[in-house]
Amino acid sequence: MSGPADRPLLQVRDLKVHFRTGSRGPFRRQTFVHAVDGVSFDVPRGTTFGIVGESGSGKSTTALAIMRLAPITGGTIDLAGARLSEAEGNDLLALRRKAQIIFQDPYSSLSPRMRAGAIVREPLDLMEIGDPEGRDGRVADLFGKVGLRAEQQALFPHQFSGGQRQRIGVARALASQPDLIVCDEPVSALDVAIQAQILNLLRALQREFRLTYLFISHDLAVVQYICDEIAVMYLGEIVEQADRISLFKRPLHPYTWALLSAVPSAASKRRGRRRVSLEGDPPSPIDLPPGCRFAGRCPFAEDICRTEAPARREIFPKHWVSCHRVGDDGVPPHEMYPLANGPGGPGGPARP
Amino acid sequence: MADRPAGAEIPVATAESPAREAWRMFLRNRSAILGLVLLAAIILVSLFGPPLYGVDPFKIRGAPFTPPGVDPNVPLGTDHVGRDILAGMIGGGRATLAVGASAALMTVAIGLLVGAMAGYYGGLVDEILMRITEFFQVLPSLILAMVLVALFTPSLYMIAIAIGVASWQSTARLARAEFLRLKELEYVKAGRTIGATDRRLIWVVILPNALPPLIVSATLIVGVAILFEAGLSFLGLGDPNIMSWGLMIGSSREYIFDSWWSATFPGAAIFLSVLSVSLIGDGLNDALNPKLRER
Amino acid sequence: MPAADASSALLEVRNLQVDFRTRNGIAHVLDGIEFSLSKGEILGIVGESGCGKSMTALAIMGLVPTPPGRIAGGEIVYRGENLLKASKERMRRIRGNRISMIFQEPMTALNPVFTVGDQIAESIVLHQGLSRRAALDRAVELLREVHIPAPERRIGEFPHQLSGGMRQRIMIAIALACEPDILIADEPTTALDVTVQAQVFDLLLELQQDRDMAIVLITHDMGVIAEMTGRVLVMYAGRIIEAAAVDDLLENPQHPYTSGLIACVPQLSDEPEAEREALMEIPGVVPPLTELGVGCAFEPRCGFRMPVCVQSRPSPVAVGAGHSAACWLMEDADRQGADRQGADRRDGDRP
Repeated sequence: MSGPADRPLLQVRDLKVHFRTGSRGPFRRQTFVHAVDGVSFDVPRGTTFGIVGESGSGKSTTALAIMRLAPITGGTIDLAGARLSEAEGNDLLALRRKAQIIFQDPYSSLSPRMRAGAIVREPLDLMEIGDPEGRDGRVADLFGKVGLRAEQQALFPHQFSGGQRQRIGVARALASQPDLIVCDEPVSALDVAIQAQILNLLRALQREFRLTYLFISHDLAVVQYICDEIAVMYLGEIVEQADRISLFKRPLHPYTWALLSAVPSAASKRRGRRRVSLEGDPPSPIDLPPGCRFAGRCPFAEDICRTEAPARREIFPKHWVSCHRVGDDGVPPHEMYPLANGPGGPGGPARP
Repeated sequence: MADRPAGAEIPVATAESPAREAWRMFLRNRSAILGLVLLAAIILVSLFGPPLYGVDPFKIRGAPFTPPGVDPNVPLGTDHVGRDILAGMIGGGRATLAVGASAALMTVAIGLLVGAMAGYYGGLVDEILMRITEFFQVLPSLILAMVLVALFTPSLYMIAIAIGVASWQSTARLARAEFLRLKELEYVKAGRTIGATDRRLIWVVILPNALPPLIVSATLIVGVAILFEAGLSFLGLGDPNIMSWGLMIGSSREYIFDSWWSATFPGAAIFLSVLSVSLIGDGLNDALNPKLRER
Repeated sequence: MPAADASSALLEVRNLQVDFRTRNGIAHVLDGIEFSLSKGEILGIVGESGCGKSMTALAIMGLVPTPPGRIAGGEIVYRGENLLKASKERMRRIRGNRISMIFQEPMTALNPVFTVGDQIAESIVLHQGLSRRAALDRAVELLREVHIPAPERRIGEFPHQLSGGMRQRIMIAIALACEPDILIADEPTTALDVTVQAQVFDLLLELQQDRDMAIVLITHDMGVIAEMTGRVLVMYAGRIIEAAAVDDLLENPQHPYTSGLIACVPQLSDEPEAEREALMEIPGVVPPLTELGVGCAFEPRCGFRMPVCVQSRPSPVAVGAGHSAACWLMEDADRQGADRQGADRRDGDRP
């Protein structure tokens, strides 16, 4: 089934997810939310690809679309050489074995009326993995792999702490021996002291099983730590994409730059770095402005930004950015105009 | 100590299922226990009373209008044709309870099916099913049930079906709301990613989590159905060949000022039955509601 | 930021005890909380969920839910007055007037059926006795102060018409309506996006400087602590286990829990290293408060436990100027911070 060795495990091309909003009815105007609007990326086997963004950026919808949990409006998703975006029935079931998901909220991701062991066993039964007699052993084995004890299979989810519940979620995702695991904000609902436990577990499992992760997060520090390559999303589009070293060392897109500077940290305080304050909130993905979607909040926006959508350019090898103001020589606007963080226009577009 | 795994602090002995925990909470509730005991007593009397007492409730056993405590043969007196009130009390419970239970079952069956489909599939399915529900909701349910019973031969089955058809709407709305909420939860999405079919997601994954409020409403519907049955019988739309409490009240309504006992005793029986299921319903509500359980 | 000076203390909390009755027995939710707050200071309180940081805020506000809660002892002295002895009426006047609070979830803290103007004006009418007209004018002024664009239009809007960041600004405006001395901010930006969080923090800093207002900032995020606060209390299982000036705390944490809390979170850096080591972990979870023994509450998770840690609970010990920690290691001068940090790195993924 798997393609050539050099082929990325996951290939996403021009993915679009548009939702219809507003209530149905003959007299109501139909509006569409452009939750994901033309997203493309590759994830090589055994690596971690991160998607960061704020609420409304479409990062979670991208994850759900890849899991076929959100309706795909356009574009393609290929997993290990098979067309995941169009698979149905048994083909889809076969592909689901190769792609699993870990959710954000460990309290709503496990059915409160099933025992932990049954939750982890369910995918084995439903996907008919291994012979039925061997499944008990496999479940016990999975519990061990995620740092739980086999006896804890008899417990119900409410009897576990948040971190332990997340471990059960990881075990369920591992059950079908997937190639790809989509991690949708897997640590953001956990206490800080527990986050490290889960992040270390994910890294250890990746090494052991050569797993590929698609890691969705709003936490830039976590993304920097765990991801090999990172895409920054804003209002349904990837505005910048690069490997972890380049992106954090020299962000090119003004949004990435502002986002990084907004993260409070002990290190940035020591260096006396001043936050770049973006005006306003991200506009809603319902009424999108023409041109660059960030233009309304961008301190460097010019006329062209408000009329023409910027093309995606590979400024440095494997470092893409969609911004009119980044020079062809790769100098971003915030380096050219260091004092431009003045009034950046009247905030975001007016809200209703 | 230093090597304890992440899950070490929870002893396995506390592996109590949510259902058992709810049952334990239920048993702590005094009024719920009272309801349970009362209902059990009513059911036992209705089941085993008639063969033990051995009197046909339709048989004339004394002078009409015998007050209670006068004739030792008929301790609770007789009605306007001389039938034994006590025999009616014992024998009438079966029909009343059977109609109550089966009508409640009917109500939940229809309501759950409609509500689950509407909530789970949403969109056009939801739209159509909810319009139908609203159509039934605006019909006065007692009159609907009367019309249904009057159109067909009045038998116990028909009465149960009529009550079910006339009163499933609120259950459907409740089930729909629960399904709408639960289908968005991540464990349902997780179920889909491991290959669960719609059928499995509806009946195996979502339903058990949607049950608590439905169980509570079903219990309360038993009470409503008992009253419905009594009402239909009172209006002369009951099955005339089967004794029921409602029939007893209905047939003695013209003589209520001459013989208070012929309506009072079956009325009290209906009151106690409805009270007992209501108490049980309230107790279940408390026990099954996880927010109250925290206290 | 100036260190606390006992003479200028605006608020002093002494040996505060709060108990909660639970199904499993009495939980000492707060156990001997002691700190002071000076005018214009930003005090951070950091810890995991359930450590008592929010309860400390509620106790100061006189909002401990009773029952099941109960103030079991101690004093909260605001400008020489013990708030725990104040009448309900007196407390209602102080709350929102002298001491205000903003919460994590601005949506649930605002009433959805009233306009934001009405909600701000209500607080002003209640506490300052202005007329409704004057109160609405004041509301517009407050919205301008928290940098809400077009405030005249905004006061006629309902909470659901506003974004999360905007709602939190409204909450801050309501909190500021009566020019309080103290603003308690309980995780005010946890529900917000990072760029919006930065805006709210800029606003809080500006208000603190313009009005010389003291802020108690409750958070779980060490980065927020680093950027925003002057002095920090680290809480664990209902107690303050370390207190220090922020730079001192970050550079030289003394309690193993504090150093764990700092080290277990990945730090954003603009020079990320190519090789990533496993994150330091604090194994296990916070124990249930009803099951604390006589020893140190952190002992089961601590990499440095000693026999004494199980036997009795350590009291805060001064380890430097304005720096104290409650740990038996502090009694033992031979141990130094350096070797402690190395030994605390433990692998939590054992089967």
